[in-house]
Amino acid sequence: MQDPFKLGDKIFQSRLFTGTGKFSSNIEMEQALLASESELITVALKRVEATMQDDLLKHLNHQHIHLLPNTSGVRTAKEAIFAAELAREAFETNWIKLEIHPEPKYLMPDPIETLKATEELAKKGFIVLPYIHADPVLCKHLEDAGTAAVMPLGAPIGSNKGLKTIDFLKIIIEQAKVPVIIDAGLGSPSHAAEAMEIGASAVLVNTAIAINRNPIQMAIAFKMAVQAGRMAFLAGINQQLDKAEASSPLTAFLD
Amino acid sequence: METYSEHFETLNWDQIKSDIYSKTERDVRKVLDKPKRSLADFQALISPAAAPFLEEMAQMSRALTQKRFGKTLRMYIPMYLSNECQNICTYCGFSMDNKIPRKTLSDEEIIKEAEIVKAMGYDHILLVTGEANKTVGVDYFVNAIRLLRPYFSQISIEVQPMEQDEYEILNKEGVYAVLVYQETYKEDDYKLHHPKGKKSNFQYRLKTPDRLGKAGIRKIGLGVLYGLEDWRVDTYMCAEHLAYLEKTYWKTHYAISFPRLRPCAGGIDLKSNMTDRELVQLICAYRLLNEELELSMSTRESESFRNNVIPLGITSISADSKTDPGGYANPQVNLEQFEIDDKRSTETYIDVIKKQGYEPVFKDWDKALMSFFN
Repeated sequence: MQDPFKLGDKIFQSRLFTGTGKFSSNIEMEQALLASESELITVALKRVEATMQDDLLKHLNHQHIHLLPNTSGVRTAKEAIFAAELAREAFETNWIKLEIHPEPKYLMPDPIETLKATEELAKKGFIVLPYIHADPVLCKHLEDAGTAAVMPLGAPIGSNKGLKTIDFLKIIIEQAKVPVIIDAGLGSPSHAAEAMEIGASAVLVNTAIAINRNPIQMAIAFKMAVQAGRMAFLAGINQQLDKAEASSPLTAFLD
Repeated sequence: METYSEHFETLNWDQIKSDIYSKTERDVRKVLDKPKRSLADFQALISPAAAPFLEEMAQMSRALTQKRFGKTLRMYIPMYLSNECQNICTYCGFSMDNKIPRKTLSDEEIIKEAEIVKAMGYDHILLVTGEANKTVGVDYFVNAIRLLRPYFSQISIEVQPMEQDEYEILNKEGVYAVLVYQETYKEDDYKLHHPKGKKSNFQYRLKTPDRLGKAGIRKIGLGVLYGLEDWRVDTYMCAEHLAYLEKTYWKTHYAISFPRLRPCAGGIDLKSNMTDRELVQLICAYRLLNEELELSMSTRESESFRNNVIPLGITSISADSKTDPGGYANPQVNLEQFEIDDKRSTETYIDVIKKQGYEPVFKDWDKALMSFFN
């Protein structure tokens, strides 16, 4: 099924975005990410020497892979803007995944600093992908500020809990003018499928693949789940009913 | 609440000790079955009653650690800048009353050490000194950090406690973490082990993490020196301290270390010996209490312990370390703080880590993220 997805200035065939943290080796990471067929892969600026000598980056050097630097570790808009500018120079991309989580325990995104940084970075020509809470009003503010997409969380990052924020995600998707990419908390392929079924444009998955006993197999499972969920969304999800619905009418003989 | 001291005054050592020692296997079972654990639950996990549950605790600790940190281990290395010290500490090789040669590194010597450590692959460094405020004070540290910044992505310090404004200066210079261990939370015992020097002031040390939090230092390392007092009660006190700090300075990262006393020049006999099983229990208990906490281990421990501890909950570890100032360029055993146990090369230890399916991470920070000094 051809169902390309436009984000910023790029067209993606895959709606599964992935990350590079927590893998047991760079070789295993490369194999899993290739198996996922993901075309947009996020890398923490702090984890790499942004040169092609860096071992992690060497393993991501494939034609179809676009690197998405992220600002993980910053605590304020000011720090995020500085990091984004550095990433633009080092990675030669104006794409930036904006992660501002001043609270280190649950890594909750800071809505105030994120909005400030998005405004500034969009003005500077960045394609900004901000990691946020599932907050519908914040999403509208971010759109006004020029964001390229919004990346609300399904559950706390790394928690594998699935779409705990589903009611708010549905509102965000209903109201959004930009792509909605569900980031964080997706622990199993069924969570990713559910995100796609409710109309997300894409999902980002890292922990669930990276810490699995068999990351390659899990990467493939996520790829298939994202495709299945998307396909079902396009087909139109059947309404859930509490009562049985007869396939042929029972009272037609009265007409 | 202004500082931790006010809360600390409400804690009764003897009562806590009796609470911990009266936990039963049933208490432990109940705590292990919970999805989240409180400080009161932590008492059961560090109690003698938890000993039969060690394997189960280890399995849980491994799973929780992998969920948060993945199959990775962050690598760091200490660099001793000075062994000058005006404190008397009964257990430390740098103690003022020890007749050892004293040395503080010059600019050239600091750079020489940096070049060697960098060539070994390290990118996160921990600067260590004794306490000699006149010669090794904030000016000395600022100078050292400026010399070292071009070499390393992350610079942390383990030095004498300082004032808030001094920490603010060091924060702006790019210091990432400050480690300051209380050694023991039992005040009368603390005074016996620290009879002389600025370190003898228990309260000043206890309030140091508050000053660090207020100064905006990114990470604070806490810990107890095991061997001075009952490890279970001291550990609980440290966990109380951590819980207070996490709530008060909520942007700060925290790390816990668990140094066990090692032989050193003029060292005392240990009052409370902590076994390997007990140290494993402690590591797992911390992980079951706090899933996000950084747990750190040095080369004080033995080869076999460090080989086997990798998957249990530790998230950052050093290797190939020297504890004498200038020791990487010119090792001098008579200048050491303590004798390390695991003396294997970085390469050898990395191999051990990789064979267990873990990725050693040398770079997990970037100077660029501290934009204010750029």
